[in-house]
Amino acid sequence: MSKSNLTRRGLLKSSAVAGAGLALPTIFTASSASAYMNEPTGGSVTLGFNVPQTGPYADEGADELRAYKLAVKHLNGEGDGGMMTTFSSKALQGNGILGKKVEFVTGDTQTKSDAARASAKSMIEKDGAVMITGGSSSGVAIAVQGLCQEAGIIFMAGLTHSNDTTGKDKKANGFRHFFNAYMSGAALAPVLESQYGADRKAYHLTADYTWGWTQEESIVAATEALGWETIETVKTPLAATDFSSYIAPVLNSGADVLVLNHYGGNMINSINNAVQFGLLDKQVNGKKFEIVVPLYSRLMAQGAGEAVKGVLGSTNWHWSLQDEGSKAFVKSFGTEYGRPPSQAAHTTYCQTLLYADACERAGTFNPCGVVEALEGFEFDGLGNGPTLYRAEDHQCFKDVLVVRGKENPESEFDLLEVVEVTPRAQVEYAPDHPMFAGGNLGECNDGA
Amino acid sequence: MMGMNNKDATLFLIVIVLTLLAPFILNPFPTDSAMAQFNAGYPDLMQRFVIFGIFAIGFNILFGLTGYLSFGHAAFLGVGSYSAVWIFKLFTYNVIPAIGLAVVLAGLFALLIGYVSLRRSGIYFSILTLAFAQMSFALAYSVLSNPKFNLTNGETGLQVYADDPQMFHGPNLPDLPHLFGLSMRANHQMSVGAWDFNFNVGYYVCAVIMILAFYLAIRIFRSPFGMMLRAVKSNNTRMTYTGLNARPYALAAFVISGMYAGLAGGLMASVDPLAGAERMQWTASGEVVLMTILGGAGTLIGPILGAGFIKYFENIFSKINESVLHSWFSFLPDGLEDVIVAMVYPFVGKGWHLTLGMLFMLVVIFLPGGLVEGGQRVMKLFGKKKSGSGAKEKSTQSTPAE
Repeated sequence: MSKSNLTRRGLLKSSAVAGAGLALPTIFTASSASAYMNEPTGGSVTLGFNVPQTGPYADEGADELRAYKLAVKHLNGEGDGGMMTTFSSKALQGNGILGKKVEFVTGDTQTKSDAARASAKSMIEKDGAVMITGGSSSGVAIAVQGLCQEAGIIFMAGLTHSNDTTGKDKKANGFRHFFNAYMSGAALAPVLESQYGADRKAYHLTADYTWGWTQEESIVAATEALGWETIETVKTPLAATDFSSYIAPVLNSGADVLVLNHYGGNMINSINNAVQFGLLDKQVNGKKFEIVVPLYSRLMAQGAGEAVKGVLGSTNWHWSLQDEGSKAFVKSFGTEYGRPPSQAAHTTYCQTLLYADACERAGTFNPCGVVEALEGFEFDGLGNGPTLYRAEDHQCFKDVLVVRGKENPESEFDLLEVVEVTPRAQVEYAPDHPMFAGGNLGECNDGA
Repeated sequence: MMGMNNKDATLFLIVIVLTLLAPFILNPFPTDSAMAQFNAGYPDLMQRFVIFGIFAIGFNILFGLTGYLSFGHAAFLGVGSYSAVWIFKLFTYNVIPAIGLAVVLAGLFALLIGYVSLRRSGIYFSILTLAFAQMSFALAYSVLSNPKFNLTNGETGLQVYADDPQMFHGPNLPDLPHLFGLSMRANHQMSVGAWDFNFNVGYYVCAVIMILAFYLAIRIFRSPFGMMLRAVKSNNTRMTYTGLNARPYALAAFVISGMYAGLAGGLMASVDPLAGAERMQWTASGEVVLMTILGGAGTLIGPILGAGFIKYFENIFSKINESVLHSWFSFLPDGLEDVIVAMVYPFVGKGWHLTLGMLFMLVVIFLPGGLVEGGQRVMKLFGKKKSGSGAKEKSTQSTPAE
């Protein structure tokens, strides 16, 4: 079957071709002429919006995308300007960024690290995006942040709550506006004490992955400091949809508070199971049984329905806030889409504005210039009160909201009421706090 | 030539030319034109084409030849990726040892799983492999990523940190996977008129490896060993009656295809040093089955075509959003434009799965032999000549996939 017609001439020819083929990539490795990665040269600048459009966090992703489109509109001087009018920095003119019209590309992260990185890579390599933002899971945020650091692109994190994003996985090119698990614990603890007392026994159900662990660690630390006792911490698989078998042992454990370190679909299912088991109607140790959901969102409350009534949790922002920035944003978002924005929409809108503003102040799109402009930047008027982008870990420090599921909602969006606005000083921590230790920002990378 | 008959040699040459000229072929539209949306010639996607091509070629050695339908091949891909990243973390960013270890470990893992799973055939085999792969996924996703023993870093994915030991990492080497100092991400953009073409080191490394893998697959297909594998598929019982033990052959095919998967996994980590647990999930295993069937199971070139087809959809169609559609149809009157956009929108962007699913159904119903059969029919239509397509015809199985 095999017929060899190897000749000297044929061998020479084919090895010459093969050699040329092998050498080809080495000839062309000279770096390109631009000063930094994806330097915008024409009259426009491209931003990459990388959000989950399919999968468990698709609702959050859809809302993020609405906010991004609104932000682009406002940056280009269309619409009513939204929070640009209340933002304390007045560098933005409404003529795009540095006079260049803002354009955007979108991608689907599928809430998978691999898919998110593929999508971000195509934005960087194909569409020439100069900044990537979005994401609705800490795993994805950390993965994409790592990619942006390697590629020399700025990453403005979306919805990511794990301590690791600005802790052990922090990167010089990555910035987070959203709050984190530690801040949730610090904000919740005093409210828990005043509402439920200092003598409680807590039982934790935790989504078994990075975010769940840091969340559990933070809440356990914060509540034990109050004098609470942690009866048990149980890990649940992320893919679980029925939590009955995890709820049943809670009844006999002697615990009187159930902490659900769950998010999205997980939380909706577990809280419904807990309510079906009648946990909220129980009296344990002479006290009323309570449920706490440390990370709350309106979209989750919407999914869980009746079950969230009276349940405490923390959130980054809520549309019912009455400061000028929040009012302007809710009005502008409501006019555009006929619904109030979620916290995911708020944080991504802010991130886009903050990036644009940093470019204006730096006078360049060069990532290193932008990093410099954002580090230690103090601003106000974006709905969270005075805020600081800390230089040491690129985490925003601002007030945190403690919210409760409303007993008598007036509309399908009016599901949470703000119990307390925890001031920024109370949720601050040192950059080398043990829960955040081990990381290294490294140097900013402009990809040149 | 090189132990191949003329038809195979022609096919092999075509594959070589196509892969080496891919930067030109995949970027047919000028960069600023509206059609640039359909350009696929950027490094990441080109790398994916060849890496998943390798994955599918390997899967086809098992499925196309022996008929054993494995639903757990993504596990080997994952093992390959994790081992490669661990090499990056502990020793060096050079990709050669990483890829080597990826292939070896995936092979050992395949030996283990294959030894157990091949006790059964048909649907029971598929279920066993699926179960093993899901076990591996669960292990990688949570069990092996607890704070005390963190082998896989769970949901975030295993990545390289600045404070990792990296014993053999030198000061002059790039801080990214490299081939003896040549960064895998190094890229040269060649501008010819309005066109831009990307020449990427990572792509060419993967492409050369794919060509080698393809050559090996041809040799396996045409060898006596390949013949035995086909015998396993056509009638296992009769083979046993003639006194042959079929299981070692099937196991060998399983391990070889597992090593191909490990190679693909190692390459994936080499072009992008992060290993996520999702690439071991059953959806990823299902994807390679789709690629193989879509392209044509049991054919040489089919799996590569299928892999390219699916990856193109995943990366190009998923990025067409509403505003892109509006810009395409902006020449229409306003009302009509909205209607057309509303009609097309469900099939692009996040709806790309829908389009792919429909195309897959059409292919399976009307072209049971996959895209290769489609190509053959077109060939027959024009001229009824055997040229070029002969090799494919010969290797196409007339019976559809099990």
